[in-house]
Amino acid sequence: MSHLYEKTASDLAGLLRSGKVSSVEITESVLSRIESLEPAVHSYVNVYPDLAVSMAKKADEDIRRGTAKALTGIPIAIKDNMCLEGRKTTCGSHILANFRPPFDSSVVKLIKDERMVILGSANMDEFAMGSSTETSCWGTTHNPWDIERTPGGSSGGSAAAVACGQAIVSLGSDTGGSIRLPASFCGVTGMKPTYGAVSRFGLVAYASSLDQIGPFARDIRDMSLLLNLIYKHDSLDSTSVEIGHSDFTSFLDNSVSGMTLGLPTEFFGKLTNEDVEKNLSEARRIFEKQGVNFVELSLPSLDYGIAAYYIIAPCEASSNLARYDGVKYGHRAEKFDNMIDMYCRTRAEGFGQEAKRRIMLGTYALSSGYYDAYYLKAAKIRTLITQDFKKAFESCDAILSPVAPAPAFKIGEKIDDPIQMYLTDVFTIPVNMAGLPGISCPAGFSRDGLPIGMQLISSHFQESKLVQLVSAFQRETDHHLKRPAI
Amino acid sequence: MKITLEQVDYVSALGRLALSPDEKTKFMGQLDDILKYMDTLESVSTDNVEPMAGPVELFTPLREDLVRPSLSVDQALANAPSSDGSSFVVPKIIE
Repeated sequence: MSHLYEKTASDLAGLLRSGKVSSVEITESVLSRIESLEPAVHSYVNVYPDLAVSMAKKADEDIRRGTAKALTGIPIAIKDNMCLEGRKTTCGSHILANFRPPFDSSVVKLIKDERMVILGSANMDEFAMGSSTETSCWGTTHNPWDIERTPGGSSGGSAAAVACGQAIVSLGSDTGGSIRLPASFCGVTGMKPTYGAVSRFGLVAYASSLDQIGPFARDIRDMSLLLNLIYKHDSLDSTSVEIGHSDFTSFLDNSVSGMTLGLPTEFFGKLTNEDVEKNLSEARRIFEKQGVNFVELSLPSLDYGIAAYYIIAPCEASSNLARYDGVKYGHRAEKFDNMIDMYCRTRAEGFGQEAKRRIMLGTYALSSGYYDAYYLKAAKIRTLITQDFKKAFESCDAILSPVAPAPAFKIGEKIDDPIQMYLTDVFTIPVNMAGLPGISCPAGFSRDGLPIGMQLISSHFQESKLVQLVSAFQRETDHHLKRPAI
Repeated sequence: MKITLEQVDYVSALGRLALSPDEKTKFMGQLDDILKYMDTLESVSTDNVEPMAGPVELFTPLREDLVRPSLSVDQALANAPSSDGSSFVVPKIIE
């Protein structure tokens, strides 16, 4: 029999309901997997065996009582930027190294109400600023498929943990690709839902008009179950949209025959990596076999996505990160001359290089005399990007694109070259700019055996179409079933 | 336009960041490279285009004005780097 930590949430839920295993047994299996792999992979900032086992015991009581819900008793990892009451939530930063939130984020509350089992906080780039998890002040996470490579970022810990059985499912956040990129690099399925679909209350803010929480899982069924749970209106988040949804698992078995996928010429024209290209054409063939039509589209403004994003996101970040002043919570410098000096030294000591770089960039772009040239220009280009997508969705149900220009890169390869690192997100960033839902799912492997994902994008609140398409793809392929040999 | 050390000093003061001399030199070069990349935006015509602040139409959600439980003083102060049991303690700002 395979180990419990290798199974999907839906299989485990079946075993739990039939009484064949307990949540405590599943949790212990995953915890022992965490213990044996943490030295090599480092998916977690903090692991909470005590909390996990006590939550698992409560889940088992619910199961015995017959009050279990769909994901009761399933172990989950939470990205280190979602507040977990009384437990350290550090956002991968020294400045929050000892921060213990006095409340739960809304997604954590939903997970607790479902009686899922929280394993710990997953590693991430500092303040979710990065594409490799290397900027975490706690050290990088390693890709379970090749430990010399990055898992992608910023939700690298959440993706790596699910890939190698250190969690059954997990939550990440995505501001410019931070769920979809690591899902692609680690060979798991991950979605950034529509902006406003999942509450951001209690999510440590990076760029508030772009940030969105979303699920990671090993297959589309598990991902749909977790999406069902977190996709809820929340009065504590004023950008949360009051919109209901059908059970996402009800779309899993639907035929995709007659659906139309768009192929943006701007995206495919950029592909230089043969492995990525080959896997994308193969994906297209699989969809065609199932009766999906393809149409070529042009999204001309997307070429400016990265430049506009790296103005808007740092501007919002420089404003959001102004709260770290060493007064109410977080690190405070020990030595300083006066109040202003206290702020300056506290922030110099507490923030890492990427956070400082983005604060500098955002502060510069928003400073007197530059606002029109940078922020305002970028905000207008954001309108153009959104209009391009809107027009595209008049002729297709979803857009098929790569997730990243190449498979996982080596640790250290891009860390000293910010622009090269930023360009990793060329295919994912436009989706955040327009607030659209996007999914990343395993599409195959490179010649070196590294996972390669594909991205599907739909119009606002049409996540069900993405579920339907990825499910059809996973029925015909087994890429998502392959696991790293680690 | 080249970013100068003076501009780096000015921006780091606005951003309340005490940068080391090495960081200043490094950020000067990197900001310059990044801003050069941003200049590609100049070629896009945005006349008559409305700026977009966010993906959802912003509105003011209203709720009933009810008394609800909030954090206790102890909870609010629990993460403070310095407190006296009832307040956050900060350096003196008025001589």
